[in-house]
Amino acid sequence: MSNDKKFDAKKLLMDNGIIVLLAILVIYVGITVPTFRSVKNLWNLAINAAPRVIIALGVSGCLITKGTDLSAGRQVGLAACLAGAMLQKAETSSKLWPSFPQLNVWIVLLIVIAICCIFGLINGVVISYLNVPAFIGTLGMQLIVYGIVQVITNNVPLGGYRQDYITVAQGKIAGSVPFLFIYLIIAAAIFWFIYNYTRHGKYMYAIGGNEAAAEVSGVNVKKTKIIIYITAAAMYAIAGFLLGGKSGGASTAMGNGYELEAIAACTIGGVSVNGGIGKISGVIIGVAVFELLKSALQFLGLNPSWQYVAQGVVIVIAIALDIRKYIAKK
Amino acid sequence: MAEYRLEMRGVSKSFPGVKALDQVNLKVRPGTVHALMGENGAGKSTLMKCLFGIYHMDEGEVYVDGEKVNIANPDEALHKGLAMVHQELQPIPARTIAENMYLGRYPTKKCGPIQVIDHKTMNAEAKKWLENVKMPFDPKSQLGSLSISQMQSVEIAKAVSQEARLIILDEPTSSLTDNEVEALFRIVRDLRDRGVSFVFISHKMAELRKISDDITIMRDGTYVGTWEMKNITDDEIVKNMVGRELTNIYPPLENTPGEVVLEVNNFTSIHDNSFKDCSFKLRKGEILGFGGLVGAQRTELMEAIFGIRHIKSGEVKLNGKQLSIKRPQDAINNGIGMITEDRRGTGILGCLSIADNVSIASLSQYVEAGVKLNKKKIEDLVQENVKKLSIKTPSSKTLIQSLSGGNQQKVIISRWLANNPDILIMDEPTRGIDVGAKYEIYQIMIQLAKQGKAIIMISSEMPELIGVSNRIMVMCNGRITGEVSGDEATQENIMQYATQF
Repeated sequence: MSNDKKFDAKKLLMDNGIIVLLAILVIYVGITVPTFRSVKNLWNLAINAAPRVIIALGVSGCLITKGTDLSAGRQVGLAACLAGAMLQKAETSSKLWPSFPQLNVWIVLLIVIAICCIFGLINGVVISYLNVPAFIGTLGMQLIVYGIVQVITNNVPLGGYRQDYITVAQGKIAGSVPFLFIYLIIAAAIFWFIYNYTRHGKYMYAIGGNEAAAEVSGVNVKKTKIIIYITAAAMYAIAGFLLGGKSGGASTAMGNGYELEAIAACTIGGVSVNGGIGKISGVIIGVAVFELLKSALQFLGLNPSWQYVAQGVVIVIAIALDIRKYIAKK
Repeated sequence: MAEYRLEMRGVSKSFPGVKALDQVNLKVRPGTVHALMGENGAGKSTLMKCLFGIYHMDEGEVYVDGEKVNIANPDEALHKGLAMVHQELQPIPARTIAENMYLGRYPTKKCGPIQVIDHKTMNAEAKKWLENVKMPFDPKSQLGSLSISQMQSVEIAKAVSQEARLIILDEPTSSLTDNEVEALFRIVRDLRDRGVSFVFISHKMAELRKISDDITIMRDGTYVGTWEMKNITDDEIVKNMVGRELTNIYPPLENTPGEVVLEVNNFTSIHDNSFKDCSFKLRKGEILGFGGLVGAQRTELMEAIFGIRHIKSGEVKLNGKQLSIKRPQDAINNGIGMITEDRRGTGILGCLSIADNVSIASLSQYVEAGVKLNKKKIEDLVQENVKKLSIKTPSSKTLIQSLSGGNQQKVIISRWLANNPDILIMDEPTRGIDVGAKYEIYQIMIQLAKQGKAIIMISSEMPELIGVSNRIMVMCNGRITGEVSGDEATQENIMQYATQF
């Protein structure tokens, strides 16, 4: 009996090893560096996490169907630059598109979403109809989108945004709860509903579990995958739009590498790279853990170069543990 | 010289609950082709696995050229001069022919302090052996550029190059065209005349007639006998293969077939060696059995009707209306369901729950307000099926991969019961299921037929086929070779049609 219990505790520790490890790190930093646990820093963490959660939600669908989306980060950059170009103040000197009309900020968001969705559609079609592996198809898209961003912006950083845009991204309810945090909650709630209560969600898990069996059961695999990549692109558009407003400017470099962070966060949160498994709560935990790690390392005063090393180690360990779970189940 | 190249005496092998082989003998003379025949599950493959040490035999002795041997693994078998060309080849298509032939035993040479692969010797040797079996291929060309029959010839060349004196061919012709079979036979005859012995496992009577000198027949894991091919007729072979009583018990067939619902005309696969020109009719309330031996292309035909495979020509009519089925979804939308043969490959959604597995094909019925799934209704559906099919599971949230094969099969059947198709194709519906559960599945099938559903059942178990079908179509080598029903539906008749080509 006691033996069983001990074994379970060990299993629990192994299955959540990376989270346990990071929890210890966070507690340690929290105790030794008091500013780390200040309310201000926690909200700061939430604000940083919000766009990343939105991106990770988009990527999670691709991962659950055994795919991936390496174009995520560059699409975020494209969205940020497009939104920036459309929302520069009329009086800004060296305005990128001087004659562009002053549209409502939400209309601009919809335009940005629509444009990114075209790239998502292409990703989906390439993967499901041309049978190009998602890794390669979206790698190509990553380069294509990056090139397009450079063409659009002439490689000139954008700034001088309208106040309404800044407010959408930086505003707070009652002076304390950031809008970004609210967006995070809304996006997560919608995704949770889709994943758990719609046919699309069930089909997505079925495809990840066994694509051939899903097909035989009448699941429209191609359509489902295309919807997943379009939805993902819409999320990158929203995230890019918000990131631009949050930092008050955008450049072609924006969003660089975010796809890998998102994939890593999903995996840490239990989205299996083997497909078919993954929860919204896991995605959020994954991003939170990753952001906490970055923040904790900063507060410890670790050399930024070594922070990269630490992040890389965490990713590898997380995936190793994930695979171990999968193999153990056989 | 010993009388026999290979002699297996009194081989027995038990698996938990089953006696797979019971005192089986096999005697292969030098320089002959020896046919090994028996129904599906008669124990032919098990016997070969025992010979090659893949299974450890419980009883029995093996002699090679009169010398007693103990073979623990396929590698040792090779050293004794025994080689096997598998039914499913496992080559590496992206590498060259020579590399495949010398995989794991590459010739090496010294290059300074290190050993490197001696490509020149390897290619020259490979070329020599290929010429030996009259296959003038360039050993440096990619294996993948060859046809399946040519790959088999490469395998044979490989066996010969390893000085094999006995080569086992396990259903070598199942995926070959007639011309390719001829080419293979030329090689076999040539090597036989030079003293190599062959054991030829096949279901195709006509082919065996052409190539074999002797025949050994097995039935239900027992040894029936060995004959010289010229001393036994086709009828006698069939009789010896099936000669068993129908012992299984089946529920009474209370359904009555009505008018024709499904008509399949001249279905021909896009592949030359698959089903050809198949036509049949299915009636309302009927259970139509499809019999035949492994490789008869029954599964392929049904999967083509269901939209998993492609056809070159042919039409399918539902209630007189022609259908265009390009993918399973089209079939399902027209009220056709299919339980596939390969449960692991195209059946279960392994990492999902039983509830998800049951409901996946019928989710549209549970959508409310355009998007939201009614989880309560889905749970009710699942519970109902768990009870009706007595699926043994702790809860509906249990992952399907943790269930036994039989229970997994019941979950898949539930999936289609929930989808409620008018026509249900069941490919080996009771494979890997215990007897009690089988009876339950038969009852469900008859119940469905009584409700007016039409069922197609592919089965390789002859008693089951006869016991649960109203009518039986028999296939052989991609063609429908016969139709039997009523008193004509005997094992002998079916086997006659099943071995026609």
